[in-house]
Amino acid sequence: MSTPQIMARGLDVRIGKHHILKDVAVDVPPKKITVIMGPSGCGKTTLLKCFNRLIDLTENVKVKGKVIVDGQDIFAPGVDVIAVRKKMGLLSQRPYPLPMSIYNNVAYGLRIHGTRGHDTLDAKVKHYLEAVGLWEEVKHRLREPATALSIGQQQRLCLARGLAVEPEVILCDEPTSALDPVAAKKVEELLVKLKADYTIVLVTHVLRQAKKLADQVNFIYLGEIVEQGPADELFANPKETLTKEYFSGEIGY
Amino acid sequence: MRRGRIQEAAFTFLMVSSLALVTATLVGIVAVVLIKGGPALSVDMITETPTAGYYLGGGGGILNAIVGSLWLALSATALAFVVSIAVATYLQREFSTPRLANAVRTVLELLWGVPSIVYGVICFVIMVFVGLGTSLLAGIVALTLLEVPIMTRVMDESLSSVPPELKVSAHVLGSNRAETSVRVVWRQAAPGLVSAVLLAFGRGIGDAASILFTAGFTDFIPRSVLDSAAALPTMIFFLSTSPLPEVRERAYAAAFVLLALVLVISVASRLLTHKLSTYVVK
Repeated sequence: MSTPQIMARGLDVRIGKHHILKDVAVDVPPKKITVIMGPSGCGKTTLLKCFNRLIDLTENVKVKGKVIVDGQDIFAPGVDVIAVRKKMGLLSQRPYPLPMSIYNNVAYGLRIHGTRGHDTLDAKVKHYLEAVGLWEEVKHRLREPATALSIGQQQRLCLARGLAVEPEVILCDEPTSALDPVAAKKVEELLVKLKADYTIVLVTHVLRQAKKLADQVNFIYLGEIVEQGPADELFANPKETLTKEYFSGEIGY
Repeated sequence: MRRGRIQEAAFTFLMVSSLALVTATLVGIVAVVLIKGGPALSVDMITETPTAGYYLGGGGGILNAIVGSLWLALSATALAFVVSIAVATYLQREFSTPRLANAVRTVLELLWGVPSIVYGVICFVIMVFVGLGTSLLAGIVALTLLEVPIMTRVMDESLSSVPPELKVSAHVLGSNRAETSVRVVWRQAAPGLVSAVLLAFGRGIGDAASILFTAGFTDFIPRSVLDSAAALPTMIFFLSTSPLPEVRERAYAAAFVLLALVLVISVASRLLTHKLSTYVVK
């Protein structure tokens, strides 16, 4: 197996008095879909937020341990947080388009990272909207506000916006939980397509989705990793009782 | 079921009567100003400066006060905007700690409550200290001080109500704090920021006490920031203390001009707000 793109070791997170993550170790292999699965409130999102240091924005948070991205510990002092975040796209539970036009939502990231010139911007915006299958739907209304799109379209726009920054990793935090089944399916298909070029970390509590998309699975419960391994093995015969109970629907949901 | 209907009726009654009260007050003010000042309204009034006998019923107009008021209020609002947007942005969580921010908010609310005459007196003391006479500049400074707490506090409210998820969206794209604030947060909060500016402007253009000592009064249009300047509120004050009824009439006419100015600017900013709301994420 190739070197993991993201490695968490001894990751321990406390927010206020709550012990959210307990000594977590996770490997995220490159160009695969790594699923982080578990019931609501078990620390999945917190783990995801550690990967791009979005956790910094949380109040009263204490992080111990290491998260190594491309060989560099991103929690080490002196790390350029902006560079870390630029490497990671994030798709959140609900789409939050920026308060600007469809076009500018995609162009925003390009502009702040130094892309100039109308032609270059136009071409790139088109490219990334095509990458998420949105171009045909919006090419005549690029100047309209992003909020004029449906939720599903907004979610794909947010994905395009993230891709425009040219990340290596896409972090997905239950990206389909606010979408209708058709829109959710489109996003799932996109993720499968995108793993050819990107490393994907998918947080989900939908077992069906995990089974469909995962290459690598981490089952997390109450802040601890219960079981991890390749998807086919883990789904075929889970070793831990907790995992079995989760699969059978006895815990969680 | 019956109780629900009574409640419903009671609240509807309260809301409708509150609305009626507010509307009636506004209509009342405009009506009084128009009825009492109507006869004094003329083209001369807004195109000419006062002649020597204007305050005794002679010819001329209040152009000096109209121009003075616009200079004072527009400049003060522009200066206050620069200060307020910076302070209000700094009060957000990305920049300051909640403790500091809340302390500053309390101070701003206290300053909001300071009577405008106090700002006037303070500026007057400073003017004497630096050897400056009554001038447009001093008036602008006094009005700026008056406007900053109001504008900052309202801007702060508007910036604070930007959803944190939106800031996260900007951060994950690799924006630094300045880019997030200027390109995303300000844009999302733009309609609220315009309201803040409008509120402060309304307060500034209508205030007499703070400019009484600072801008002074003159029958001429100021030609530099070091000249004294008249303003509509001070003009209204002087005209309305006259013993002559035809001069008091002019005070109402001047009040009408002030109302009309504020109305024009309010409507313009409403249109601007509407345009700025297009891209706001709800």
